[in-house]
Amino acid sequence: MSKHQVLSPLPGTFYRRSAPDAPLFKEDGAAVAMGDVLGLVEVMKNFQELTSEFAGRSITFLVEDGETIDSDQVVAEIEV
Amino acid sequence: MNIRRVLIANRGEIAVRINRACRALGVSTVQVYSAADRDSLAVRLADQAIEIGPPPAAKSYLRSDLIIAAARSSGADAVHPGYGFLAENGDFADAVVAAGLTFIGPSGDAIRLLGDKVAARQVAAAAGVPTVPGSVARLIDVEAGLALAEKIGYPVMIKAAAGGGGRGIRVVHNEEEFARQFPQAAAEATAAFGDGGLYVEKLIASARHIEVQILGDGQRYVHCFERECSLQRRRQKVWEEAPAFHLDAQVRAAMCTAAVKLAAQVAYKGAGTVEFLYDSTTENFYFIEVNTRIQVEHPVTEMITGLDLVAEMIRIAGGARLSIEQDDVVITGHAIECRINAENPARNFMPAPGTITRLVVPAGADVRFDSMLYEGYTVPPFYDSLLGKLIVHGPDRAACLARMAEVLSGLVIEGLATTIPLHCALAADEAVASGTIDTRFLEDWLVRGLLAAQNP
Repeated sequence: MSKHQVLSPLPGTFYRRSAPDAPLFKEDGAAVAMGDVLGLVEVMKNFQELTSEFAGRSITFLVEDGETIDSDQVVAEIEV
Repeated sequence: MNIRRVLIANRGEIAVRINRACRALGVSTVQVYSAADRDSLAVRLADQAIEIGPPPAAKSYLRSDLIIAAARSSGADAVHPGYGFLAENGDFADAVVAAGLTFIGPSGDAIRLLGDKVAARQVAAAAGVPTVPGSVARLIDVEAGLALAEKIGYPVMIKAAAGGGGRGIRVVHNEEEFARQFPQAAAEATAAFGDGGLYVEKLIASARHIEVQILGDGQRYVHCFERECSLQRRRQKVWEEAPAFHLDAQVRAAMCTAAVKLAAQVAYKGAGTVEFLYDSTTENFYFIEVNTRIQVEHPVTEMITGLDLVAEMIRIAGGARLSIEQDDVVITGHAIECRINAENPARNFMPAPGTITRLVVPAGADVRFDSMLYEGYTVPPFYDSLLGKLIVHGPDRAACLARMAEVLSGLVIEGLATTIPLHCALAADEAVASGTIDTRFLEDWLVRGLLAAQNP
């Protein structure tokens, strides 16, 4: 069983939902298809979608909704 | 003037600028900052610095309670809000005053009145200032909006009453689009501004953005001429000039007089900007909104008038009368400002925070660089992308433009992507040089540039 790491290309604030009252883009443990939106990175008042470059059967997030992240930080792992 | 110690409730280049104005007045400074700004130039320059919270603005620069507590504990007697954050929040201005401090800006009531775009249109109309054809009050419902749009003619803009600064605007071209966009606009305005109120304005097809700088002490009001700010991307200004080119002397006088009348109508105290749309084919101008704060592009006005607008607004807040008469304000030459943002023009202006590894700023009596940068500084990702403003003065517009091109080529900022290449291209552009531009010019120009790059 192998794992893919999801890296944020940008530093900023990581969000797991599109708005405070919206559902999570992906629940922990959910299956992921290539191109699925995993979260948003807010950088300099812009929101960039973080989409998956992998498909897998289960995703585990390593950062909380609203947490500050660095560029190239691993925000999630996807089990294939 | 009874201000001795100013708390700077902002960050970045404007915090540095306010610090400089305070020095000029012999006033000491207190800088509040978030954990992300510990190493900022503004913190280094201030007499005292107080950390007020974590990086997100909602937990630091937007916390009026923490800012006022810092002002009290540090012995500040006044608060300068800069621009953005709490600068146009009337309740913050009131809270500062209620704490026994001076707010450097107009009263909370004036901020609220002019900040409500529908109320501001009514104030302008009452002062005899022409407004864009549209609503006289907030729209009650979509039917009222449709009837009004039919009357003034499509295309129209649906705008948020609580919006401003280019936010909360939708352009619709027909009845069907109007009916579809209206509820979305209301929902968005409620989410973004906490106020779903909407109004309608006619879209002026080819317009320039020209704005008039005003100063008032509550009794006397002067204008400091106008700025041309048509070069915009996503309704954010990119490049500004003063004075406006291709503007008839009579139109300039009428526009500036209208702005002064509007200031007098609300007994304005401080520095403000009255924004207009100017239709160069008909030579008509229309009021858009008033910004009740110092603006990013204020240096171009300072370069052509020799005034220190930030110092003047501090003096006025401190109880001094306006230090100038209208006749004292004269235009000398021309000035251009380029906003240097941490964005990559080659990648659709993707934000580019990072560490400044090398910084070279051309010097000269005709050059000014208002910035937050130093070598080794890491630009944090939490705030807007403005790094600084390069301002150049020249005896006339052509000389100023040539000098700007020269200075831009000497400005070196390494370690992150910036908008310097965009400005170099604009400074060399024929349409920019001839002044045949409007507010849509830059976005069209960028699309054309992209096509040219793809089809060499």
